[in-house]
Amino acid sequence: MITLPTLVTPELQQRHGSRGRIIALFGGVLLIIAPFLPWAYSARALDDMTFLVDPSPLQYLGLVLGAIIVAFLVLQQVLKPAPRRPRTACVPGARAGATGALIYVVLILVSISVELGGAVNVMYGGWVALVATLLAFVGTRLMPTGRPPTLAAATAPAPLEVLAIAGLMAAALFAAAYALDQDDAGIFVSFLAFVGAVVAVMIRSGVMGWLSAVSQRHKKVLILAAFLVAFMFPFTQDGSDANMSIATQVIIFAATAMGLNIVVGLAGLLDLGYIAFLGAGAFVAAILSESAFSTINWHPPFIVVVLISGTVAAALGLIIGSPTLRVSGDYLAIVTLAFGEIFRISMNNLDGEDGPDLTNGSNGIPAIPELNFFGFDFGIRHELIGVPLGRFSNYYFLLLLVIGLIILVFTRLNNSRIGRGWVAIREDERAAEAMGVNVFGLKLFAFAGGAFLAGVAGSIKAHQDVSVTPDQYVFLESAFLLAAIVLGGMGTVLGVLIGATLLKLMPEKLRFVSEYRLLIFGLVLVLMMRFRPEGLVANQRRQLEFHEEDEELADRISDEIAETGTVKGAT
Amino acid sequence: MLEVKDLNVTYGRVRAVKGITFTVEQGQVVTLVGTNGAGKTTTLKTISGLLRPESGEIWFEGKRIDSVPAHEVVGRGLAHSPEGRRIFPRLTVEDNLRLGAFARKDKAGVAKDLRRVFDLFEILQERRAQPAGTFSGGEQQMLAIGRAMMSRPKLLMLDEPSMGLSPLMMQRIMSTITELKSEGVTILLVEQNAQAALSLADFGYVLEVGKIVLQDSGKNLLVDEAVRKAYLGED
Repeated sequence: MITLPTLVTPELQQRHGSRGRIIALFGGVLLIIAPFLPWAYSARALDDMTFLVDPSPLQYLGLVLGAIIVAFLVLQQVLKPAPRRPRTACVPGARAGATGALIYVVLILVSISVELGGAVNVMYGGWVALVATLLAFVGTRLMPTGRPPTLAAATAPAPLEVLAIAGLMAAALFAAAYALDQDDAGIFVSFLAFVGAVVAVMIRSGVMGWLSAVSQRHKKVLILAAFLVAFMFPFTQDGSDANMSIATQVIIFAATAMGLNIVVGLAGLLDLGYIAFLGAGAFVAAILSESAFSTINWHPPFIVVVLISGTVAAALGLIIGSPTLRVSGDYLAIVTLAFGEIFRISMNNLDGEDGPDLTNGSNGIPAIPELNFFGFDFGIRHELIGVPLGRFSNYYFLLLLVIGLIILVFTRLNNSRIGRGWVAIREDERAAEAMGVNVFGLKLFAFAGGAFLAGVAGSIKAHQDVSVTPDQYVFLESAFLLAAIVLGGMGTVLGVLIGATLLKLMPEKLRFVSEYRLLIFGLVLVLMMRFRPEGLVANQRRQLEFHEEDEELADRISDEIAETGTVKGAT
Repeated sequence: MLEVKDLNVTYGRVRAVKGITFTVEQGQVVTLVGTNGAGKTTTLKTISGLLRPESGEIWFEGKRIDSVPAHEVVGRGLAHSPEGRRIFPRLTVEDNLRLGAFARKDKAGVAKDLRRVFDLFEILQERRAQPAGTFSGGEQQMLAIGRAMMSRPKLLMLDEPSMGLSPLMMQRIMSTITELKSEGVTILLVEQNAQAALSLADFGYVLEVGKIVLQDSGKNLLVDEAVRKAYLGED
């Protein structure tokens, strides 16, 4: 194990706490001022940081971080600790803000240096910002941490809580639209750092705890709002297909990852060839489509094709699963790995030379026609309430429906008797069997069910991609799907959505790292396994959450004793 | 209630159980005692369907069950608390217990039995939201027994409940078994600790390398000279 040395001891914090506060406050205020100074010598870097008194958007974000730091430091003085009042963790919040701001400013300065060729192109404002964040960083670290936050227990009037969810969602929509709009890698990375900083502040200060408690209380509102935001996204694009094409790719990837999440995250089966099921669905849809290159002269309506695609994928799943799911996990990984390759090579060989002509071999099936639902042509631009929506927007909406369906299936299964059976299998297969869990049956169900969902997603992907070739379905894609799940948090919906989005979006936006992307992903995964093996979003089981609440309860009570000398009765 | 006839079980090439025959009557506590490798655990696993016999018959409540899959055996009223407890360490006590009732669909009955288990083991109620892996061996054993009881079994099979426990904890577990017996639960108990098992059993079978070498009431076996010599450490 690597352990980081403790430079700042609690004693040091006790002695220098007030000094730290002043330093941090000074740093925060300086960071608010710095955006009004010029940061770069040339307008070509990032979003033009050359002006005095006229900050660029990125500079404004720096100001926001400065304001967050100052706000928490002031709050800490203003909020007198009171019994029963939910506690905000001001110092950890300020600390996270300062760390985030430091990373943010460093990234900006590095971007300026890279884009303009050397650190000399950083103007004095940039250095002021760097000094400001350094001061804030050191200052907040010198302050005593204080007690953990209890904000999660706070309640607000229901309309206010709903409003908070709406605000969060609006912010998410805005952030996504802004990030996708940036073609400059420096801006994109810096913005990502800003978002990360804000999220870190919210987690550390306890605001995130409150938000997650609120969203637990208003689960329906949250889900509705999330889908509304996703639904609204194309309307922010003004008919442009550039970002929508990325968004549809992200959503197909996320939908597939969510399907795999049932297999890996819920049932605990390591499937290394999942992409083959997506491919099977895509090939079935392509072959049954009205493409001139389709090899079967039967073209049923698309809804039938979707079902056939899913069924074929599920049947493949049953064929692979029934002999291998009886043996222990490692074998399944090996067999699915091989299956993925067998699928790709078979699709390459079904070209009429080595076998029946089904897939046109490595050429695949091109010119797959656009989908057409009751006269609604997915290939052309439509207008809705005055906003033009391009081809990719059409597919985006359809895919949104599909991912919604998959998430619904996922959560329903997770909370069902089947879900409990999977939990038992994951924990201890033999014991599960002794409890009356049909281990083989439930595993096979997960495996084939996951395959079915991938097949359905594949059938839409075929039309969206226009052509289907074997080399789209290589092992690397399966590995990426798995990485998205591990990175985001196995068995969670939110985590896998975030993981899939990050993994698909990063290479699109960071073209310059595309050659190194495997290296970077590998590195990130290794670091994750060391520092946060549960993924970005941890899968806390309900009962354990109760348990944590109990601890918070115990905390509140001990607070009362400390502050009033007595324990009030249960009022 | 349970009848095992001329049961043979092989592990690979090793014959672990060689033609044993025994019965468990309704309301009885029957124990299988014997040293390591005598075939006790294998016998239990075969009854609960986790292993398949090579030959022989197992009858439960007048029906043959030796080819019924394990997950269906539980539904018929046979619960197996496996060797080494096999609780789910990362799940909470309550989750563990609810998984014990996996084969059942009557929610009200499950809730009732949950209360019954909590009454029997107060410590489990106190720690119902705690991960079971943080428990001591004795507490885990209580959980394992409680979990097996959650399926509301007609016959409860306990495999080495005293394994690895302190003498005090072992006494506690044994008195629990006595309590269950007085409630009318039929129990098939497998133990290495012959003294404890025989003193509370109605009937006992002594196994040696896969064969039953002695059978008598618990009381008689306890005073049997051969048993005392071989299993109770007396000369």
